[in-house]
Amino acid sequence: MINSKKKLVVIGNGMAGINTVEQILKLTDKYEITVLGSEPHPNYNRIMLSYVLEGSKTIEDIILNDLQWYEDQGITLYTGKMVRNIDGERKRIHTEDGLEIDYDLALIATGSQSFILPIPGKELPGVIGFRDIADCTAMLEAAKTYKKAAVIGGGLLGLEAAKGLVNLGMDVTVVHLMEDLMERQLDREASAMLKAELERQGIKFAMQMQTAEVYGQDRVQGLRFSDGSELEADLLVMAVGIKPNIQVAVQSGIETNRGIVVDDLMKTSMPDVYAVGECAEHRGICYGLVAPLFEQGSVIAKHLAGADTEGYAGSVVSTKLKISGVDVFSAGEFITAPEHTVIVAKDEWKRTYKKVLLRENKIVGTVLFGDVSESASLQKYVRQQTLMTDEIYGQLMGTGCSKDGAKTLSAETMADDEIVCGCNGVTKKAIVDAINENGLTTVDEIKACTGATRSCGGCKPVVEQILQYVLGDSFKSAAKQGICGCTTLSRDEIVAAIKTKGLTTTREVMNVLGWQNDEGCSKCRPALNYYLGMINPDTHENEEDSRFVNERLHANIQKDGTFTVVPRMYGGVTTPEDLKKIADVSLKYNVKVVKVTGGQRLDLIGVRKEDLPKVWEELDMPSGYAYAKSLRTVKTCVGSQFCRFGTQDSMGMGEVLERKFERLDFPAKFKLAVNGCPRNCAESCTKDIGIVGNDGGWEIFIGGNGGIKARLADSLCKVKTDDELIDIVAGVMQFYRETGQYLERTSEWVERTGLEEIQKAVVHDIDNRKALIERIEFTLKQLEDPWKKIIHNADSRKNLFEVVTPSMV
Amino acid sequence: MIKHAEWLIVGHSKDFPNRIGRTIRLNDKEIAVFRTSENKLYAVENSNPHPKGGPLTESIVSGHYIYDPLRDWKIDLETGLVQDPDTGQVKTFDIREDGEEVKISL
Ligand SMILES: Cc1cc2nc3c(=O)[nH]c(=O)nc-3n(C[C@H](O)[C@H](O)[C@H](O)COP(=O)(O)OP(=O)(O)OC[C@H]3O[C@@H](n4cnc5c(N)ncnc54)[C@H](O)[C@@H]3O)c2cc1C
Ligand code: SF4
Ligand code: FES
Repeated sequence: MINSKKKLVVIGNGMAGINTVEQILKLTDKYEITVLGSEPHPNYNRIMLSYVLEGSKTIEDIILNDLQWYEDQGITLYTGKMVRNIDGERKRIHTEDGLEIDYDLALIATGSQSFILPIPGKELPGVIGFRDIADCTAMLEAAKTYKKAAVIGGGLLGLEAAKGLVNLGMDVTVVHLMEDLMERQLDREASAMLKAELERQGIKFAMQMQTAEVYGQDRVQGLRFSDGSELEADLLVMAVGIKPNIQVAVQSGIETNRGIVVDDLMKTSMPDVYAVGECAEHRGICYGLVAPLFEQGSVIAKHLAGADTEGYAGSVVSTKLKISGVDVFSAGEFITAPEHTVIVAKDEWKRTYKKVLLRENKIVGTVLFGDVSESASLQKYVRQQTLMTDEIYGQLMGTGCSKDGAKTLSAETMADDEIVCGCNGVTKKAIVDAINENGLTTVDEIKACTGATRSCGGCKPVVEQILQYVLGDSFKSAAKQGICGCTTLSRDEIVAAIKTKGLTTTREVMNVLGWQNDEGCSKCRPALNYYLGMINPDTHENEEDSRFVNERLHANIQKDGTFTVVPRMYGGVTTPEDLKKIADVSLKYNVKVVKVTGGQRLDLIGVRKEDLPKVWEELDMPSGYAYAKSLRTVKTCVGSQFCRFGTQDSMGMGEVLERKFERLDFPAKFKLAVNGCPRNCAESCTKDIGIVGNDGGWEIFIGGNGGIKARLADSLCKVKTDDELIDIVAGVMQFYRETGQYLERTSEWVERTGLEEIQKAVVHDIDNRKALIERIEFTLKQLEDPWKKIIHNADSRKNLFEVVTPSMV
Repeated sequence: MIKHAEWLIVGHSKDFPNRIGRTIRLNDKEIAVFRTSENKLYAVENSNPHPKGGPLTESIVSGHYIYDPLRDWKIDLETGLVQDPDTGQVKTFDIREDGEEVKISL
C-alpha cells in the first residue's frame, strides 16, 4: 500500500510541540510525524528544571517522553537539529546543516529563549539565562567552584533560580528593577510577604537597582549598577524575561510581531503552517506558562483530526511559585482598580494573605499567600467569572466548616474538557476515564496513569476531589488501607490480634500477622511498639530500635543534627536556683539558643549528641518529654495564688497533674492547660485536655488543638472537687491511650469517637471509669525517668550517644 | 583495577548493636555504621543526600534499608540509593569484621 498518511513536521521538541503531538495521536493516526529539536535531549518537563536545580529531582526524572516513546509512536525524531526556514512554495523544511524535509503540514513550536540584557559584559563566561538543561547544568557546575551568585530579575523564574542556588550553598542576591517582587503576578501586600519569607530562607535582595554593566576579566566578577554601586558575583543568572523564538518564521516570510502571529485555529500567515506555545502570539498575547499551550495544542489536535472545535479564545493564567515552604498563587486580575470590589483577609501571625477581586459581583481575580488551599476553586471561579454568592463567600472566607461539601460539588460541575493539571495537560475527563477504566483509587495511581499532579503538584486538591466524586461512597472503603504499606490490617485488627494471640514483640506481630515487609517500616514499627506497651505495660520491653530518634535519644533532633533539651517545669513554674543551673549548663555546653517554648518551659537548643547525657546529669532535672508522644506540658495561668480574678489554684493543680501523669506514653503528644477562672489565660480551648476553674469547681474540655488541625475543645463535663477532676482526667487519658490510633491527636480522636461515647465511657459509666483508672495507675507504676536511666547505664550511654573517633587515620 | 584497600580499625564488634546506628568521626568526615538483623554491617556517609543534608545515624533500620530521621527518606544501605519517590545517593564504604575488630576502608 502506498503511504497515504499526511506528513506532519514539528519544529521544536519542547513542551508545547510534543504535547500537541500527544493530543493528535490520541485522536487520529492519519499523520506521519517528524520532530526536529535543537536540544540534544528528548522531550522533558522544562518546569521541573527548578526542581533539578533545587536538588529534589534529577535530569532523568524530568524526561517526559524517552526515545523509546518516539519509536513506539512511529515518530521520526531528530535531536540537535536546528531548523533554518520553511520553504512554503515547495513545502519543504531546511535545517542549518543542510537537511531537507518535505511536509504537508508544519507546526512551529520553537518556544522562547532567555532575554539577555543588552549591557556591556553580557557575553562574559559565567553569565547565563535559566531556560534549558544546559543552563541548569552550568549552574550546578558553577556552584561547585564559586560562592557568590547574582540573579537579575525578581519574577517567578529568577526567584526559583535563586532558591536553587541557595540550596546549592551559594550566597545569592536577587537584583530587581522594580519595587515589588513578582509584580506581574502579585500585589504589593503579597509581594512584601513573599520577600520577607524568602529572606528568611536565605536569599538577599537588591531592590530597585538597575544593572548598567557586568565586569570581569576572564569571567564575570560582579555587577555595576546605574547609581555606581557594585555587587560581587562569580555567577550571574539573567532571568529578566523571555523572547519568543521567531527566527524560523522570520526567515520564511511568515508574519511576526513579538511572536508568530496566529489566528484562533493557531494558523500562521503561511498556508498549512501552524504555531503553538511560547513562540506564538494570539490576539496580541504571547503566553509564558504551560497551561495555555495545552489549550492551544488541544485546538490544533482537534482541528487536524477533523473534529469540531471552537477555536482558541485565550487563557486565564495562574501562577504558582515552586519554592518549598512558600505558597503563592495568583490568577486573573490582581491589581486593585477603582471598579473592583475587593475582599481581603490578611493575617500577619499566620503569615497568610487572601484577596479576591470582584467586578460587577463577578469573581475576576485572586491573590493568595501562605495558604493556597482555595486555589483550585478560585482558579475555576476566575475562569468562569462566577457570581459571588453567600455560599462561595462562606467557603472562601468563612470558618471552612462546609468546605468538603462545596468542593465535591465543584468537581461535579466541572466541564469534561476542562484542564485539571495545567502542567501536564490532563483534562477532567481523562482522569475520570482513568479511574473508571482502570479501577484507580489513589492520587498516586492517577499520577502514574495520566501524569496529573506529576509536576508542580498544584492540581492535587482537584484530583482528589474528582477521585472522591467518581468513587462516591466507595471512596472511603477503597481508601481503607492498613496502618502502613507493610500490612492491610487496621489498627483495631492489630490491637485485637495482639491481645487474643498474646503477641509480645514487634517482630512477632509482623511474623504472625503476615507483614509484607519483614522488618516493617518507619511507620508501623513505632506504632506497634506503642500498642504493645499500652497493652502490656508491665511486661513489654520497649524496643529502642523501633522508636523514632527523638524518643530513642530523649531529645528533639534539629535540622542540623544537634538536639534540644527541655527540662521539666511542673505547671510552667521554676525557681531561681533551677534557672541558675540551666544558665550554667547552657554556657558550659555552648547551647546555641535558650528559648521559651509555647508550653511555658525552656528549650536548650543545639546540644551535640555526645553531650546529651552530661547535660542531663549536670542539670539534674527530670526530662520534660518535649520529644515524645507523651504528656508534654501542663500550661497554667497565675490563678488564685496571685491573680485578682482567680477562683481556683491553677498553678497548684497544674503541678499535681503534671507530676502524676508525666512519662506516660500516648498515641500522640498530649498537652494540658489549667486556668483559675473562665478568662482562660492559659488557653485551654486548644489543649488535649483543658481545665477551667469556676466558683464551685472545674469544667473540663477535651480535643482542642492549636497545631496542624486547629480545633476548639469540647466541654466534657463539670466537676465539683479536685479528686473528681483528677479521676476524669485519668479516665480520658486512658480511654484515649486504649482506643486512639498511633499519631492520632485527640482533636481527631474526639471527632472519630464522638463526644458522647467518651462521656459515656468516662463520665457516666462509673465502673468503667474505675477500671480505666486502675489500668492507668498500674501503668504509671512502671515508669522511670529516662534521663536518669541513661546516665546510669554505661552501655546505652556509649552505644546511643558516643561518637567513635579512631585515633590514627 | 584492583583497589588498594587500607583497612582502619574503628572498634570492637560489640560497639555496634543491632539496628541502632553509630557515628564514626574521622577527621572532618562522619560515617554512620549500621548492623542489620542479619548481622551484616554497613557504613555510609553520615549525611543525607537531600540538599539540606542532615545526619543518618539516627535512622530507623529495616532490613538493609534505613529511614532517615529528618525526612523519612528510605535509603538502601547496599547501594546508597534513595528509594522512590525521593532521589539521590549516599556514599557507601566497605566495612568488615575481622575477628572482633571492625574495620573500615575509605
Ligand atoms: C526554569 C523554568 C521554570 C518554569 N516553571 C513554570 C511553571 O511553574 N509553570 C508554568 O506553567 N510554566 C513554567 N515555565 C514555562 C514553561 O516551561 C514554558 O512555558 C513551556 O516550556 C513552553 O513550551 P514551548 O514548547 O512553547 O517551548 P519550549 O519548551 O522551550 O520548547 C521549544 C523547543 O524548541 C527548540 N527550538 C527552538 N528553536 C528551534 C529551531 N529553530 N529548530 C529546532 N528546534 C528549535 C528549543 O530547543 C526547545 O527545546 C518554566 C520555565 C522554565 C525555564
Ligand atoms: S484565667 Fe482567670 S485566674 Fe487565671 S490568670 Fe486569667 S484571669 Fe487570672
Ligand atoms: S498543575 Fe502542575 S502538576 Fe498538575
